[in-house]
Formats: sequence, C-alpha cells, structure tokens
Amino acid sequence: MSTPTDAPQPSAELFADEVVTKAFARDVELPYGAGTAVLITLDNGHDHTKPNTFGPGGLTSLSEAIDAAAARTDIAAVAVTGKPFIFAVGADLTGVPRIENHEQAHTIGKLGHDAFRKLGELSVPTFALVNGAAMGGGVEVALHCTYRTISSGVPAFALPETFLGLVPGWGGTYLLPNLIGAEQALKLIIDNPLAQNKTIKGPQVYKMGIADAMFEPADFVEESLRWAARVVNGDISVRRPEVDKEEAWTQAVNNARFQVEGKLRGAAPAPVRALELVDKARHRTRDEGFAAEDDALADLIMSDQLKAGLYAFDLTQKRARRPAGAPGKELARPVTKVGVAGAGLMAGQLALLFARRLEVPVVLTDLDQDRLDKGVAYVHGEVDKLLAKGRVSADKAGRLKSLVAGSLSKDAFFDADFVIEAVFEKMEIKQRVFAEVEEVVSPEAVLATNTSSLSITEMASKLRHPERVVGFHFFNPVAVLPLLEIIRGEKTDDATLATAFSTAKTLKKSAVLCKDAPAFVVNRLLTLFMGEVLSAVAEGTEPEVADRAVAPLGLPMSPLMLLQLVGPAVALHVSETLNAAFPERFRISEQQRTLVESGKTELFGPDFQLDPEIKEMFSGGDNPSTEEQILNRALEALAREIRIMLDEGVVAEPADIDLCLITGAGWPFHLGGITPYLDRSGVSQKVNGTLFHPDGPKAV
Amino acid sequence: MPRTARDVVFVDGARTPFGKAGKGLYAETRADDLVVRVIRELLRRNPGLPPARIDEVAIAATTQIGDQGLTIGRSAALLAGLPRSVPGYAIDRMCAGAMTAVTTTSASISFGAYDVVIAGGVEHMGRHPMGEGVDPNPRFLSEQLVDPSALVMGNTAENLHDRFPSITKERADAFAVRSQEKVAKAYADGKIQEDLVEMLVRSTEEGYGLATADEPPRPGTTLESLAGLKTPFRPHGNVTPGNAAGLNDGATGALIAAEDTAAELGLEARMRLVDFSFAGVEPEVMGVGPVPATEKLLERQGLTMDDIGLVEINEAFAVQVLAFLEHFGIADDDERVNPWGGAIALGHPLASSGVRLMTQLSRHFAERPDVRYGITTMCVGMGMGGTVLWERV
Repeated sequence: MSTPTDAPQPSAELFADEVVTKAFARDVELPYGAGTAVLITLDNGHDHTKPNTFGPGGLTSLSEAIDAAAARTDIAAVAVTGKPFIFAVGADLTGVPRIENHEQAHTIGKLGHDAFRKLGELSVPTFALVNGAAMGGGVEVALHCTYRTISSGVPAFALPETFLGLVPGWGGTYLLPNLIGAEQALKLIIDNPLAQNKTIKGPQVYKMGIADAMFEPADFVEESLRWAARVVNGDISVRRPEVDKEEAWTQAVNNARFQVEGKLRGAAPAPVRALELVDKARHRTRDEGFAAEDDALADLIMSDQLKAGLYAFDLTQKRARRPAGAPGKELARPVTKVGVAGAGLMAGQLALLFARRLEVPVVLTDLDQDRLDKGVAYVHGEVDKLLAKGRVSADKAGRLKSLVAGSLSKDAFFDADFVIEAVFEKMEIKQRVFAEVEEVVSPEAVLATNTSSLSITEMASKLRHPERVVGFHFFNPVAVLPLLEIIRGEKTDDATLATAFSTAKTLKKSAVLCKDAPAFVVNRLLTLFMGEVLSAVAEGTEPEVADRAVAPLGLPMSPLMLLQLVGPAVALHVSETLNAAFPERFRISEQQRTLVESGKTELFGPDFQLDPEIKEMFSGGDNPSTEEQILNRALEALAREIRIMLDEGVVAEPADIDLCLITGAGWPFHLGGITPYLDRSGVSQKVNGTLFHPDGPKAV
Repeated sequence: MPRTARDVVFVDGARTPFGKAGKGLYAETRADDLVVRVIRELLRRNPGLPPARIDEVAIAATTQIGDQGLTIGRSAALLAGLPRSVPGYAIDRMCAGAMTAVTTTSASISFGAYDVVIAGGVEHMGRHPMGEGVDPNPRFLSEQLVDPSALVMGNTAENLHDRFPSITKERADAFAVRSQEKVAKAYADGKIQEDLVEMLVRSTEEGYGLATADEPPRPGTTLESLAGLKTPFRPHGNVTPGNAAGLNDGATGALIAAEDTAAELGLEARMRLVDFSFAGVEPEVMGVGPVPATEKLLERQGLTMDDIGLVEINEAFAVQVLAFLEHFGIADDDERVNPWGGAIALGHPLASSGVRLMTQLSRHFAERPDVRYGITTMCVGMGMGGTVLWERV
C-alpha cells in the first residue's frame, strides 16, 4: 500500500493558501464492551460557513491519522466524522487553476485515492458517521469506509463533480455503483448534477442504501457509535441488496448515456467520462478502478471545460453576490409595501414573488375588475399549490394570501415604497402608468419597470422625479431563472439603484447592473443568436438543419425551441427594438413576421418534430448554409456583439455577460457562459483581434 | 368530588458522566446538549412510554442564563425532539434543583394534574461559574440579615466545623477517602456505569471524544495525600478541595409517574415516593439543612432514623455529611450511608445532583430487598435542606 509520501507531491505553491482540514484522532470506548475505537474528526478550525475540504494538506493529515490507527493492534474499529453541521464538502479546488501539466493533475487524483482507500483496507471495520453536509470527496471518504451511518438532518449530500467538469474520481465512480447498483449511483453521479446540481438529504441517502443506518441529529454520533459497537460485537449484521452487474447495470448506463447525449451533445466531456467509468466499474478490481479514475481526473483537470466550469461556479457563488457597480447598500431605502401595476400573468408572478420574499403587502391594480380578480386569484391559487406541496405551512399560506390584494384605482399605491409596472410593452402606455402612479406615491417611491427592451430613460423622461425610475427586468419563468437585470437610466439616482439591488437580494435574485441600452444583455444576445439562425433559414437552409447547427454547444434548448418558449410575438417585438437601434446587425426575416401574423405559437408538435405548417413558412431561399457555417456565423456574431456591448459600457466586464447568460438563459458551465468558449475556440481572436480574457477567465 | 391523592413512583433515572469544570470533559459542550442527551436516553430506555404522554419536563439549573436559560425544560424538550405538545419549565433551588423538580412534579402527579413527567437538572459550572451574574440585595449586609460568609459555600462549611468542634479535619478527610474508595469499588463492580449515558464531547484542538465515565474521581486517594491540601477558605482551616465536592459539569434526569399510569404503560417502578420536606436554617451554616428537613419528615411520617435503611446524602462537604450523621447518631462509616460513595468523589454539578442521589438509591433498593425506607437528602445554599423519603415497591 502506498502512502502519499511515496507519490510525487503537488508543488506546495499550487495550494499555498489551503485551509487545511485536520484529521484529529481520539480513542473512544465503544459501548457494550466492544473495545476501543479511534474516532477521527475532520475539522478545518472554522465554523460551518467555511466547510471542510481536502487539499494536499488535508489528505496528508487524514492519511497519517489512518496510518497511526493501522499500526495499532488494540483497537476494534475506526470511525470518521465531521465538525458541527459539516462532514466534508470535497476537494479544495482553489489550486486547480494553477495546475500546469498532466502529471501534476494526475498526482492530485492519486493523493486522494492513496489516503481514502486505506479506510477500506484496514484490518478493523471502519465507519463513516456522516453528521452533516457531504459532497464530492466528502461522500467518497464515506464510501471507502466499511459502513456508513447518516444523520437524518443532513441537508445536502451530493457528487457535484460532473456539474463542474470533473468526475467523482477519488473512488466515487467505482465504489458507489458497486455499493448500490449503477442505476441509483448514476442518479448521484449524473442526473442530479445535470439537474441544476440538485442535492439529496439524509433520509434519501439512507433510503438509497448508501448509508446502512440513520439516526437523528440530536445525538447522532453517540447513537452511531452504539450501532458501530453492535456491528463490531456481531449483534447487528449489515445486509445490503445484491447488485445486478449485468442487465440492469447495462440498461442504467445506456439510459444515462442517452440522456447525457440528448442534453449536452458531447459538448461537456465530464459526464461522458463518468459514465464510462461507471460502466466498467463492475468488472474492474479496486486498483484498476482507482487508476482509471486517476487518469480521468488528470485529463479533465487539464480540460478547458473544467476551467470554464470553475470560472462559472465562481461567477454564481461570488460575483452574483457582490454585483459589480452596485452603490453602497446603506443608501437603500426600506420597502414596506409594493405596488404592481397590471394584473396579467407576469404581474401575478411578480406579486407572488414579492409577497413570498419581502413579506410585505402587495397591491395589484388594473382597470378591469375581471382581470384584477383573475390576477389575485392566480396568486392565491399558487399559494395553495405551495401549501399542497408542503412548501409553506398553513399559517404562512394564510399570511401570503392576506398580503396580496387588488385595487381598481392606483390610489392604493399611496403608501407603497416600490411600484413595478408589468403592463403592455408600449412606451406611451408605460409612461402614462408611471405618470398616474407618481400622482399618488411619495417623491422617493421607486418606480421600477419590467420592460424587456424599452428605454428606461425615455420612460422616466416625463416624470417630475425621473431619478426614481429603474429597470428591473426578470426572466421567465420568474420563479426559476435567478437573473435580474437592473438598468440604470440616465437620471436614476444611487438611492433608487441601491434600493433596487437590496430588493433583488431579498428576492433571492442574482442582479447584474446594465446600462440603458436596447434589450439590455440577455435578450440582445439571444435575439442576435436566434436571428443568425433564422437568417440562415430565410436564406434557404432547412429549418431542422439550422436549428441543429448550434447543438454542439450543449445549450439548454435549440433556437427554435427558445423561440416557441419566448413566444414569436414577444421575440419579434424585441427584434424590432434592436433592429431599430442597430439595423446593420439585427435583421428581421419576413418569415418571422409571417409566423407572428399566422398567430401560431407552437412550432413543434408533441413528437418534437417541426410542425408542417411552420416548416412551410420557413421554406424558400436559395442559399443554404451548412451546420458548421451557421454555428460559426452565430458565434462570430456573438463575439462581435459582446465586444461592442463592452465598449458601449452595457456591463462592466465580460464576466457580467457570462453571469447574465448563465443565470438568465441557462447557458452551461462548460462554456463558462460564453466568453471563455469564444476565447478558447479562437472566435474572439478572429473577430475582434483580441481575447475577452487575455489572462484566462477570472470571475472576480 | 373529594380528591384522591395518587401514589407516585420513580421509574428510571439517567445522567451524563460528570466532568470537571474549566478544562474538563465538557469544556466545549453546551449545557442544554447534556440535558437533551439525558432526556433522549430516558425515552430509549423506556420504549413503552409514548413521548406524547409526557405531561411536563421540569429541568433545574442554578444559573439560568445562556445555554441554561431560555426556560431550559421547554427548550431542551424541543431540542430532544419531544412532541411540541409536551410543555416544560425551569426550576431553581440551587443544589436541590433537581430534587425540587422531582418533588414539585410528583406533588402535581399526586394532585392529579400529571401522569408522567421528566424531572432533572443540569449545571455546567465551567460555562457558568458559581455566582455568575448574582446581585445580592445590599440589605442582606446592612441589616445583617445574613453573615457575609453565607454567600460563599466553602465559608459556610468552615462555619460548620466551628459549630461542631468534634468534627475535625481528620474525620472529614477520612470520610472523603472512604467516598473515593466506595466510588472506585462501585465502578469496579460496574454499578455506576448503568446510570450513565455516554456523551459526545467536542474539542476544537483534539476533535470529538466520548465521555463514558465520571471525570472527577481520584481513586487511590489517601489520608496522607489529603493532609497537605490547601484550605482556600480560611488560613489553617479545615475545608480542602479533597474533602469537598469539586466544581463540575453534568446533567441528570428521571422519569416519574403516577403508580397507576406506570402500571398502565408497563413501566417498572423502582421505588415509591412517600413524602418530602424542605427546611430553612441560618444561611451561614447552610450545610446543616438536611437535619431539620429530615426531622420534619420523620416526625410527620411517625418514623425514626432507625426505620431508614438507606441514606443517599449529597456530599457537598464532608463536614456537612458528618454533622448530619452526628445529629442522628449514625457512625461515620455506617453502611447505610452512600453505599457507592458520593459527590466528593463523583462530583456535584449543583442543580443536577438531586436526581443522581435518587437514581442511585433506586439501584440500592433493587439490591436490598430487606430495606423498606430510604432517603435522599441534601443541603442547599442560602440556608436550606431538603429530604425525600422513598419506599421499596
């Protein structure tokens, strides 16, 4: 058995700032006369806000603690647990961007295996007592142990590696499927990471058979040790269902492969690699399985997709929480009542969100009693759904319903601090609504608009207090997409902006500050991107071919699917705004107008095939392009437009563009949003003569 | 309708191992967590008791702030996962806190207001040193309501030596040595361990550990080793850290039930409550408190000390136990008294100790079918004593 000291050490500078998770070992007397156990506590010396992770220092500490236990003949068991609320959340990734070559990358994988595998190879049984959050390498530490107990209070348990661009390569792809079967294992290794990086809770970990026993958090470690003592004594024998390594395994891998290919089209290597490892894990020895993981980790650590993934992760974890350009939060004014002008579907979604997150009264207004009733009824109905799903208590549901009311007159806004309009997307209408609102509210009340493309400055221009107007642009579906574009008009003052940002934070939205430019960020880029595809169709490319052309990027949906989701009329409206502003870059095809005039909103049939009528509308033209040509043209248009937007100062940095695309359009981590991909694919250089990230992508 | 008093029984008792305050076992462990562990252990040991049947959780603590505050009986019940329908409250009678938790809830059971309760106590003297946050009324001194020595327990013990000149330091030390010896023997015989519930202990420097035995006992203590100890309360005095209980952390809990309810739920009663009594004495000799409390009780029940086959008396100070024994004409080494030793060796986390006495008495009853009556008794700060009379079932 090798020890970390045999392996080449990754250079210390790579992880110079590692917060070392120490492995403290103490003897404990097991109950029922079961003998002495060594209890290892993983603890980095910080509270739960800085969870335990494993860098080279942490792995060495754990390895030494296990070695010391292995050298003893007077112990009956080894147990590993975490610090309060945290077991361990995986590898310390801070040094990964500094890794320069394959050999260094390979060493990281091996170091983890060499430390962890000892837990499965001691002469005494080992027990993982998973007391708190466990992810990645933390889960793998537990998998290496002979037995596992889990606290029913564990809030998050996950193998998120493939989400970032790695594989669970410290034993996860080998041990987990051999423990619970490929189907269940792939839920953790593939399905959950690809579903917005979902995590599971303690009871599910037990139900899936990953843990052998579950105890309540109040005295979890004590009861786990009692259980361990009874296992050591032979009073309890752990039985696990036999794993089907033939047909069921093959079937599970094939299903997952189908799903991964459908979603990612080969754009992200990590899930594919993880699948291969799981597929072969059934017939490999431990040595073979772990060696294959080392190789996969080394390849992936050196991949562009991982670099983009880590960049994207940092964007969502750090930059999203401290929006660039936001004024000091001390300038923000309290929001104790919200007005929503309008009672349509969007207004209803906004009212629900404001009521849930701000927990202040929300008044919807409309001129039509029927629409108003429907708007309020929609919110109440959504609250009932939350109640039925157990997402809110009956008391909370009662409170939310009582917070949301409707009024035919805008007089009801008189004491609101924040009024958002969600009326028809037409400048004169919005200006009139704001003018009416201004008649009743205080001079400081913020007037926010959810417009997707109209000018904030123009909308404010006729008001007595234009400085209180701010763009507050949500993305549909409001409850799902985290992005909020906050748009500063020419006269918007800092207090208004600060109030908008602080409100966004309470709404749990990730806000990005944008200049008052046509269609802001996400709609401008998506419209451009879709426009290139539609232009290719208009020029004579088969719509299916054009729609499939951008599939290699692994976007969440194809351009025509997106057009259907947004709605052809809305999309056309945004296109017209952009076309008016930048006619040379934003073109509108006649086909697009025909589509809107036809009134058809469903482009695809239930079989996901293009509707024949749509296909007919999208015919004609005599200059078809190849898929490759369309992809290039779309990417080049993006690179060009993003450069222009940065020059115009629409947002502060390329990172903000990427954050918008990730949180507002669901663009994937493996592209890093888009600018890291445009750089690495050579498009930035070709189109702009420069890179967006000359020194590599940096999130902050 | 005339009210009928119900008989009350002691069903079960458990406690954490006791630790040394300061840098001991529980230096980084919360007091409420100790209580939670005890409550959960009582439920585990008595699976026949549906948690929703618990009518009250009465937990005592002398210093009711921080992790011993927030109405600890209720907060510990919630933290222990008892149904939210189960109420709880906090009790304080200093050292007799847990004893009072038992007598008060027992009286309520007898009255018919409860069927089953959890009563216990906790004191984390490391996190809450004696006297933390106290603010004695200046009138105590200006009007000479109490002697200035009354607020320092060690001084009250020295005062007892003055009052009972026959109780010498040598006798006190000899008593202390026997307490250590008896505890060591009881441990060797596996007697004490049955009442303990092992407790996870945190250390940021060493990682988690497991407390499985009391930390304070000093097996091998001799008269010689005690002779040279300092007398911190008086120059050339009599009270030393060796013949007094230390400063300790720990929690205790007991399951108390109406005898009929215990039968209904199949809970085995270990002893029956007969009566209890509390009495006041001069605060500066608080250690003598058990004497009038016991006298009052015996008189009311028409019993004499000869009828009492077992005595569990808290050993806050050897002198205070000896004063009690001398008063009742009991020999210093009488076998009826603290058969498994006492607080001088095991420790005395103030408000928790009363239930430790009861739990151990209940064990003695099981071993001594010849004994009908036993008492648990203790002295209390500010000049009080409490005595509870129990009977074999």
